[in-house]
Amino acid sequence: MRKVRIEFRVNGIERSVEAYPMERLLDVLREKFGMTGTKEGCGEGECGACSVLVDGQLVNSCLMPVLQASGCDIRTIEGVAARGRLHPLQEAFAQTGGAQCGICTPGMILAACQLLDRYPRPTDEQIREGLAGNLCRCTGYQKIFDAVRQASEAMAGGT
Amino acid sequence: MFQTVGKPVPRKEGREKVTGEAKYVDDLSFPGMLHGVTVRSPAARGRIRRIEFPVDLPWHEFTIVTAKDIPGENRVALITDEQPYLAAEFVNHAEEPVVLLAHPDKHMAEKARAVVRIDIEPAPAVFTMEAALAQEQVIWGEDNVLKTFLVEKGNVDEVWANAEHIVQGEYRTGAQEQLYIETNGMIAIASPPEGVTVWGSMQCPYYVHKALLKAFPVAPDKIRIIQMETGGGFGGKEEYPSMLAGHAALLAWKSGKPVKMIYDRAEDMAATTKRHPSRTRIRAAASSDGKLLGLDIEFVIDGGAYPTLSSVVLSRGTIHAAGPYNCPNVRISSKAVATNAPPHGAFRGFGAPQSIFALERHMNQVARAVGLTPAEFRRRNFLRTGETTATGQVIHEAVNLEHLLDRALEHSDYHRKREAFARENEGASIKRGIGFATFLHGAGFTGSGERYLQSVAGVEATTEGQVRILVSSTEIGQGTNTILAQIVAEALGIGYDQVSVPRPDTSEVPNSGPTVASRTCMVVGKLVESAAIGLKLTLVKAGLLAENYTSQEFVSACSQYVAQFGPLKSFSQYQAPPGIYWDDDTYRGDAYGAFAWAVYVAEVSVDTLTYETSVDDFVALQDVGRVIHPVLAAGQIEGGVAQGIGFALYENVVWDRGRMVNAQMTNYIMPTSVDVPRIRVYFEETPYEYGPMGAKGLGELPIDGPAPAVLNAIEDAMGVSVNEIPLMPERLMQLLVGTEARAVESGVA
Repeated sequence: MRKVRIEFRVNGIERSVEAYPMERLLDVLREKFGMTGTKEGCGEGECGACSVLVDGQLVNSCLMPVLQASGCDIRTIEGVAARGRLHPLQEAFAQTGGAQCGICTPGMILAACQLLDRYPRPTDEQIREGLAGNLCRCTGYQKIFDAVRQASEAMAGGT
Repeated sequence: MFQTVGKPVPRKEGREKVTGEAKYVDDLSFPGMLHGVTVRSPAARGRIRRIEFPVDLPWHEFTIVTAKDIPGENRVALITDEQPYLAAEFVNHAEEPVVLLAHPDKHMAEKARAVVRIDIEPAPAVFTMEAALAQEQVIWGEDNVLKTFLVEKGNVDEVWANAEHIVQGEYRTGAQEQLYIETNGMIAIASPPEGVTVWGSMQCPYYVHKALLKAFPVAPDKIRIIQMETGGGFGGKEEYPSMLAGHAALLAWKSGKPVKMIYDRAEDMAATTKRHPSRTRIRAAASSDGKLLGLDIEFVIDGGAYPTLSSVVLSRGTIHAAGPYNCPNVRISSKAVATNAPPHGAFRGFGAPQSIFALERHMNQVARAVGLTPAEFRRRNFLRTGETTATGQVIHEAVNLEHLLDRALEHSDYHRKREAFARENEGASIKRGIGFATFLHGAGFTGSGERYLQSVAGVEATTEGQVRILVSSTEIGQGTNTILAQIVAEALGIGYDQVSVPRPDTSEVPNSGPTVASRTCMVVGKLVESAAIGLKLTLVKAGLLAENYTSQEFVSACSQYVAQFGPLKSFSQYQAPPGIYWDDDTYRGDAYGAFAWAVYVAEVSVDTLTYETSVDDFVALQDVGRVIHPVLAAGQIEGGVAQGIGFALYENVVWDRGRMVNAQMTNYIMPTSVDVPRIRVYFEETPYEYGPMGAKGLGELPIDGPAPAVLNAIEDAMGVSVNEIPLMPERLMQLLVGTEARAVESGVA
């Protein structure tokens, strides 16, 4: 297989990369761009630690061939805080204890971003369903639910 | 009363974790770095005949390490040093490491791993505890027994003749995978003149240090271990990192290049440690008025192919087997046996969840035989202050289990629900039930363990008045950095922000002991508190600080001290609290400095069509002494409860001849956000005199209670006593269909 040139946007910045078409988006982000905030937990799309947003959709970057991301708008954890200011979800995860060991946190925050995008005031059921593809072994999820609720309120309040 | 302790201060490394800036080992890279992989035994037991390297790969590009390349001893130093880094001639379990390969391209390394063939002449193997006990093959020592303990109190042999009720039962728990979301990983740089430096994911930097000292002929100060941000441990990164660090260092030593080894999920699950499977047999005697007269407990765990930590896991399981009850006659005889499975190891709870599961299931059976409710029977037998445990430890702490039980049952609305469910279950296709478990968990190393460890912790003040905590205790998500900083800030009367916790690096921090055994808060916390007080006294004695001072005065005192006398450091070494005595030979005495006490209540519903159980509500009430950080403490409990529910209902390691065949997150299922109930956490805070600000340990406690509480609730719902976990739906179906069939046969349907 030959390398091809692939172009897409990552966190709003145009990127161009020479890569094998079937390379995992996860590896390109981590190894070619040094964006190591996206984590690998299982490599088979079960744990969600590698979650990123591709054109606003939550995607397991360990399952996505980089070619498929061609022309897409990708958002990683590095693009969640704006100019050094934490996103309300990041604030909330830090305050409520939603992050313990931190390895699932980047993916979990991106899943929560998408969740709040779809349901700005989510019900408990919607929070549970929305995060069901992201595994956390530390928290028992309770503080993650708290974080999403807190962020939802903060965002609704315009802060 | 306190300024910082008891407050939900921000997690020290919280910002790095929510922004993705926190650096885990796989996020590091070095120029010229190679990627290392492990070729493992395909067979459970046998002699290595040949290692074949098929000709179609450019082997000259690879660094290849086998047992003969190890410059020092081929033994991973732990308690006893029997597990080899690499099998040399004989393999004792499937997935045992035999060959290490490294290549600049990780895909090439992966490709090579798949084609190297280890040819093994198979030898007969042992795969179950029963086969090991029956000595179907002797695979370890003379009798397959790795370790035994005997704990005796009173004379249990005398109780059977006069007891009104004698109840026997057998209970089993399965292996459980720690399933930290970050797999094991290490990077090493090593050479004869420079020594060995390792960066990695780990709980115990000094365990790794000790292990590498055996494998490499270098001076202790030439081995440097640095813990990177660690994505969960749960015991799974207690001992195995020593093995992996050794492997990465061996490849680095031979190649002269940095070597990174990161396990993929399948390898991590199949090859690294899991919770010991267990079998517990209990024979209990009770009087007609519901007093426990005797407990005869036989506790067996499957240690796997090498002794590793099995002796200490067995010890904790043995001591916790008699629970929080006052029983005059107890015998606990326990064994860890060898099988040809990968060695089982540390996992949160460390033997206690296994033996507590058995006892808490059994207490319900005895209650029924006596004709009392589970609550009333326990109430009549709770251990009270001044009474003794199975090891003869007099409980000096103020403990009131009856109060804890009342409170937990009230929070869970237990009595009303129990009655309502019994009424509503009649004819319902979804049956509901409620159950609970009462239990204790000892904090710190067992018996003389802390005395042997002789842990040291320190603090250092900078010229800016910042205080750095010097410990090898690791932050693995549980909050070490934050709570130790709170304790030091409190002890010094300075701001939490003035205290920092540098990354553990054995070249810079003393050995504060391993990050295990619910000891970090209680034991290491006390050490950093003492060290902080020592630092303050130094400043006072130097005439730079008054007895009462402001933060600013503290800063200027530090600054003056450093300018006049140089670095300002203070260290503290462990000393046992007064009155603690333990006899290793008789296994009697004060097993733990303090216990945490708990009552957990689970509410379940069981679908009689699919046989699925869901946990609908969970109350976790505990006394862990002073709570240093309410949010982090509750987070520990909630996470432990979720793991405990997984242990009870979801997490099933499927074995085939000593090999885990479902080593994937796809078919080894841990609880997701839709599987966990609301977990309601309550603390009672009875201060412990010898803990920092009154704190005890709490990390392991929450995994002890959920499994028996859930199974007791299932018994309440279904009227069937299930004594083996994990309880998968198919297993429950078999049990229930069997029960119904028998009922039909005997005409009682």
